[in-house]
Amino acid sequence: MKVPTEHVLCLAAILFGLGVLGFLVRRNVILVLASIELMLNAANLSFLAASRHWAGTPGGEPLQGPIFALFVILVAAAEAAVGLALVIALYRLRQTVDLDAANELQG
Amino acid sequence: METRAFLWLLLLFPLLGSLSAALIHFACLSARRAGREPQALTRLAGFVASAAILASFGVALVAFATIARAHEALALESPAWHWIDAGSFQVEIALVVDRLSSVMLLVVTGVGLLIHVYSLGYMQGDPGFAKFFAYLNLFVFMMLLLVLSSSLLGLFVGWEGVGLCSYLLIGFWYQKGWPAEAGQKAFVVNRIGDASFLVGSFLLLRLFGTLDLSDIVGGTSGLVSGRSGELALAALLLFGGACGKSAQGPLSTWLPDAMAGPTPVSALIHAATMVTAGVYLVLRLAPLFASSPSALFVVGAVGTFTALFGASTALFQRDIKKVLAYSTVSQLGFMFLGLSVGAWSAALFHLVTHAFFKGLLFLGAGSVIHALHGEQDLQRMGGLRKHLPLTFATYLAGAAALSGLPLTSGYFSKDEILAQAFGTGGAALGLWIVGMIAAAFTAFYTWRMVALAFFGEERFDFHRVHPHESPAVMTGPLSILAVLALVGGILSLPHVLPFHGLLAHWLEPVTKEATDLLWTARGREVPELSAGTEWTLLGLGAAIALFFARRGFSAYARGPEHDQALRAGRPALARFLERAWTLDEAYTALVVQPVKLASFLLATVLDQLGIDGALNGSAVLAQAVASRQRGLVDGSVKTYALWMGAGAALFAVVWMAL
Repeated sequence: MKVPTEHVLCLAAILFGLGVLGFLVRRNVILVLASIELMLNAANLSFLAASRHWAGTPGGEPLQGPIFALFVILVAAAEAAVGLALVIALYRLRQTVDLDAANELQG
Repeated sequence: METRAFLWLLLLFPLLGSLSAALIHFACLSARRAGREPQALTRLAGFVASAAILASFGVALVAFATIARAHEALALESPAWHWIDAGSFQVEIALVVDRLSSVMLLVVTGVGLLIHVYSLGYMQGDPGFAKFFAYLNLFVFMMLLLVLSSSLLGLFVGWEGVGLCSYLLIGFWYQKGWPAEAGQKAFVVNRIGDASFLVGSFLLLRLFGTLDLSDIVGGTSGLVSGRSGELALAALLLFGGACGKSAQGPLSTWLPDAMAGPTPVSALIHAATMVTAGVYLVLRLAPLFASSPSALFVVGAVGTFTALFGASTALFQRDIKKVLAYSTVSQLGFMFLGLSVGAWSAALFHLVTHAFFKGLLFLGAGSVIHALHGEQDLQRMGGLRKHLPLTFATYLAGAAALSGLPLTSGYFSKDEILAQAFGTGGAALGLWIVGMIAAAFTAFYTWRMVALAFFGEERFDFHRVHPHESPAVMTGPLSILAVLALVGGILSLPHVLPFHGLLAHWLEPVTKEATDLLWTARGREVPELSAGTEWTLLGLGAAIALFFARRGFSAYARGPEHDQALRAGRPALARFLERAWTLDEAYTALVVQPVKLASFLLATVLDQLGIDGALNGSAVLAQAVASRQRGLVDGSVKTYALWMGAGAALFAVVWMAL
């Protein structure tokens, strides 16, 4: 039995909402980064769902969605590398990874 | 016209002299930087410069002799090249010597030579010795260019050139500060006159289609009937230029300040030659002026006013050079009075004798200043006749000529001008009366100056100053000029004496047309004075000169106390005269203060409030807006994420709603 596309998209929306919530409420920078990963993967899931949904119809490209997802994973890996480096730099500067401690740049 | 290429030598010698003196000056500068004092080299600059003027004087003599030997009126010409060749407008560079400019040549190079020689002594030891002679030679070059040019444009180049040299030499001791300011004042005031000169030249170009002087002179009579108004306007504009250069009327204010320059400069530029350029200009274009009696009357009125102004101001001056400066202003006024009544040769006669006696007086004053180590205040002189016998004797000759004591050169030249003013009659009679008053003042202040400087008790500081006679290189020129000042009258004796009117006869070919035009315009015959009238006028002039010279001498022979007595008698009048009729104050009130006020308004109101205000206002506005918005940027990543999310959500909602 095939899982309907709506259900997959709903799961992606729930994952994305959890990511946003985590980004907004978490103070630990590592967990904030993890929330970003959650949002990215929610996006990946919807790419794959859309790809599967349109496969076989005229104009449907079966590989478009997976390749997009692959690119997102690639960029997410790079982002994680830069993001973790920033976390270490912040820790050296503040001896903490609390995001609210880094708020000098304000008007 | 005969073509003679040798005329260019007149210009070449002073130009080469100036260049070599300038080179020597630079050599001296580098020697001084190396720590040596190049005395021999410095002296060389003076000799080269003097030799250059001597050579020019020789050439001038040759030119004069060539013209004098010819039977009819002869003019020598030396064309060079077409300077401007633009359609119908052509200007040729050429030198012309006629009977008028030959006299000017002799005065410029002759008196110039004497003053160069004098300067060898006067400027000795000055660190700018070579530079001084470079400037002085350049001045002679420019003055000769002014006198020799065949076109008004070439004349203007010389006119500006002498102005430049005047500026450089007034501010020669610029380190002292005020000479530099005096130089600038002279330059700026002359600029006003020069603007008028230029506009007048443009008008002449429109009227005649050429700037060639002989064409303008020859073409005037053809234009008199139809375009006399424009001719008169052009004449008046050119006279405006003459007022600047010759320190007449309201533009006279620069000449007294020009005394900040070294004394030989005052003698050469500000007494004998440059300041007479205005007189020369009017003489050169005499027919143009003669075609309009009203323009000529303005010339006479300004000149006579200036004669009275200068003479009355000189009465109260304490600085010996200021007395002579105001006296020069006044004597130039006499020359313009002569021009205005058609006494062309008398004006030139007075120009020549004035170059002799005023040059002499300035050089004598320089000798006095030299002996007193720079003292110029008459109140701190006195009794110098014992210490400076030769200077004293020559000064007496100059003073006698300036005050018009009988048989001296100044007596004949001034009386010839005044007699012609008297003979013209009408409104000129008023000018004659004012001229006589000015002559009386002249005698008074001249002998006041002589008495204060050379008679009475010694009022200088004996411990500091030991007056000594100047060296022969200075007293030599003094003696020559003294002889010329005494016997120069022979150039143009009155009709009632033998050998009369030599200069008038010499100049007649040049001035005949102007005289004809003038008396045609006035609708009268050329007035002839009867022998009786002439004797009366001569006697009257002699009596006034002798009477006031005696008054001036006896009042001050014991010391300057008479000044206080005069001041106490009429304090307001004395103050008025002392301050030169408050001319400088009037300029301050009427020109300087309004300009300063306008500048203040422009600077503070328009610039600072208007332009800067608009700029600063926009900056303040941006700042005010920014300070309202800065709360959004609190530095917290989460706030930014919230706004981003809210924005994205808003877009999503709007997109879906559409």
